Amino acid sequence: MSQIEEVSIEKFKHLVSARALTGETMLLNMGPQHPSTHGVLRLLLELDGEIVVNCIPDIGYLHTGIEKNMEAKTYQKAEVMTDRLDYMNTMGNNLAYVMAVEKLVDLDVPARAQGLRVILTELQRIASHLVWLGTSGLDLAAMSMFLYCFREREQILDIFELVSGQRMMTTYFRPGGVWRDVPVEFEKAVRDFIKIFPKRIDEYESLLTKNPLFIDRMVDIGHLSKEVALQYGVTGPSLRASGVNWDLRKARPYCGYEQYDFNVPTRTEGDTYARYLVRIDELRESLKIVEQALNKLPLGPVRSENRKFVPPPRSEIGVSMEALIHHFKLWTEGFPAPKASVYSAVESPRGELGLMLEGDGGPKPLRVHLRTPSFDNLGVLSQIVKGHLVADLVAILASIDIVLGDIDR
Amino acid sequence: MGVEQKLGNMGVVTTTLETMVNWSRTNAMWPMLFGLACCAIEMMSAQASSYDMSRFGMELMRASPRQSDLMIVAGRVSKKMGPVLRRLYDQMPEPKWVIAMGDCASCGGVFNNYAIYQGVDEVVPVDVYVAGCPPRPEALIHGVLTVHEKVKGEKFKDLAKS
Amino acid sequence: MDKNLEPIVKNIQEKFGAALEEFREEAHLFLKPEQIVDALTLLRDESNFELLSALTATDYWPQTAPRFHVIYQLTSLEKNLSLQIRVPVNGDSPKVPTVTGIYASANWRERELLDMFGIEVEGHPDPRRILMPEDHEGHPLRKDYPLGYEEPQFSFNYDEIDLRKPYAKE
Repeated sequence: MSQIEEVSIEKFKHLVSARALTGETMLLNMGPQHPSTHGVLRLLLELDGEIVVNCIPDIGYLHTGIEKNMEAKTYQKAEVMTDRLDYMNTMGNNLAYVMAVEKLVDLDVPARAQGLRVILTELQRIASHLVWLGTSGLDLAAMSMFLYCFREREQILDIFELVSGQRMMTTYFRPGGVWRDVPVEFEKAVRDFIKIFPKRIDEYESLLTKNPLFIDRMVDIGHLSKEVALQYGVTGPSLRASGVNWDLRKARPYCGYEQYDFNVPTRTEGDTYARYLVRIDELRESLKIVEQALNKLPLGPVRSENRKFVPPPRSEIGVSMEALIHHFKLWTEGFPAPKASVYSAVESPRGELGLMLEGDGGPKPLRVHLRTPSFDNLGVLSQIVKGHLVADLVAILASIDIVLGDIDR
Repeated sequence: MGVEQKLGNMGVVTTTLETMVNWSRTNAMWPMLFGLACCAIEMMSAQASSYDMSRFGMELMRASPRQSDLMIVAGRVSKKMGPVLRRLYDQMPEPKWVIAMGDCASCGGVFNNYAIYQGVDEVVPVDVYVAGCPPRPEALIHGVLTVHEKVKGEKFKDLAKS
Repeated sequence: MDKNLEPIVKNIQEKFGAALEEFREEAHLFLKPEQIVDALTLLRDESNFELLSALTATDYWPQTAPRFHVIYQLTSLEKNLSLQIRVPVNGDSPKVPTVTGIYASANWRERELLDMFGIEVEGHPDPRRILMPEDHEGHPLRKDYPLGYEEPQFSFNYDEIDLRKPYAKE
């Protein structure tokens, strides 16, 4: 095991100000084990008293080798890796991956599967924003938010468990559709959630939105301008809070998002409070999409009939020789994909989650690159914390909603 | 509700020092607030309203290793994180216990590759392994209760030897 | 290919003599390393490609010339277009010029390129490893870097692996 390297100013000479070299400002290490870095993020801070002069993030403490490991697995088996990438948005990661595979091999997806995908990814978006709301409330000393948010999140996780058998690592979407049809209890469970949740959002808002302590900590803190956001590749709610109306669900509709009527909340202030308001509005919009998708959900198959890529259902295997052959072939050898590269992107709760998938003609991908939104969103942190207090750094970090698994991959 | 109702106003309880110390250790075990990956979210669920780990005297998560006596390794440990984890463990005061939560911390899980330790027991000594990817909050609570069982069985003479 | 993208692609092709590949309505342009800075500046300033979505590479080992493709994925928010630019580089001392001056988000992505593929980025302001520890040897995403598989411990080989597993001491 290698030893921890001691922080020496020599290594960071080109990143800190000249005052740090004379000892006028102080270098302070924050993390990787720190309650408010939302994971194992290390920040090297150059401080003038309590004011942040420079912030140098150090990532990689959760580097998992997901990209390399996916290259060693067949297209079906590589999907489990995507779950563990951004663990707040497992359904969304699955969706990004299966859409890339479907694009690469040109596979059709039945309408019911598309509807289910929309319902579940939007529920996942709500769950992800709830964790964000709870933990950033915790960072700003609103302890009860955490307990309220996790109460509702449990209800969403129960729905996931109902459809996939797992609370978090669902792997429910598969290339060509979904794993299996949802059970009959699904509709009632989702309707129950739709019924209670609007009141709960009001409850969160009554606790936070007009709370003077909360406003003091958030308004005019961490201002991110439109130009800087685009320069640094920021996407998602953080970009929309800076006045750019860019949402892949609207701009490049996938999974039939064009059928649903929803708004893309935008703000122009670009501060921490604006990012908070955008996410709160997104909770309501996502709920609207869930309701419409559930009302429109068609009946029919949930998996493509293309047996070259999609395993046959269990019931067929007992009676059809051909189905048995397909089953064995797909689960032992996998399916070949063309020697080409595709890039497909979805809107995750944090921004543009892109997947570059390159096939080499065989059953395993040649290269999988995950364009994860948190990676770029964290890159802008060093720009927006300058001149703020250390205590505000915590609020800013919470407001850009990073997930370390998403950054380090 | 407590022992005083059963015993009346007797004012005296006889027990061994060992039982007494071990009992008090189990009922106020402070875990370190330290999440690594996916399992950290389930650890938060276990702390939150539905599962409420404070029923076992564990509502207080300490952010400093010097104030905690249980380390829950919640998630995969990368080669870059390993030395940091070991330093945190060394900073915890004795007696201390470690739970390896989840498959990644127990044996590497699905990530059998260059970046991840194949089990956190290569970095710190582990007392209890909790299986699952990620384990449900109930499983974590069971793991915690298993640690409690282990603590209750500890003998002073064993501690003196090591 | 999208109709609005065609004139942009044509312009780049004429100016830089770039080859074009199309697959599933995606356009991939092939440029030389020395052209990339000019091409990206042109695309950002004249064709509204404001966002550098991704910057990565693919390793085609054992092929050596070119061994890598460095990939720039561009997005235009205003015109709602995507364009991918690929820069083939050779296996011996692979090098690309930095584009941090054009897109600030390239800073970290280029450090990742250096860390994961060992592709040198000329003129990068902060050339340190980003994901792996500083003292790590090798570049993990290269195809000739081993995945690092360890034999899993099951009940049938438990004792055998238990003996050689490097357990930590108190």
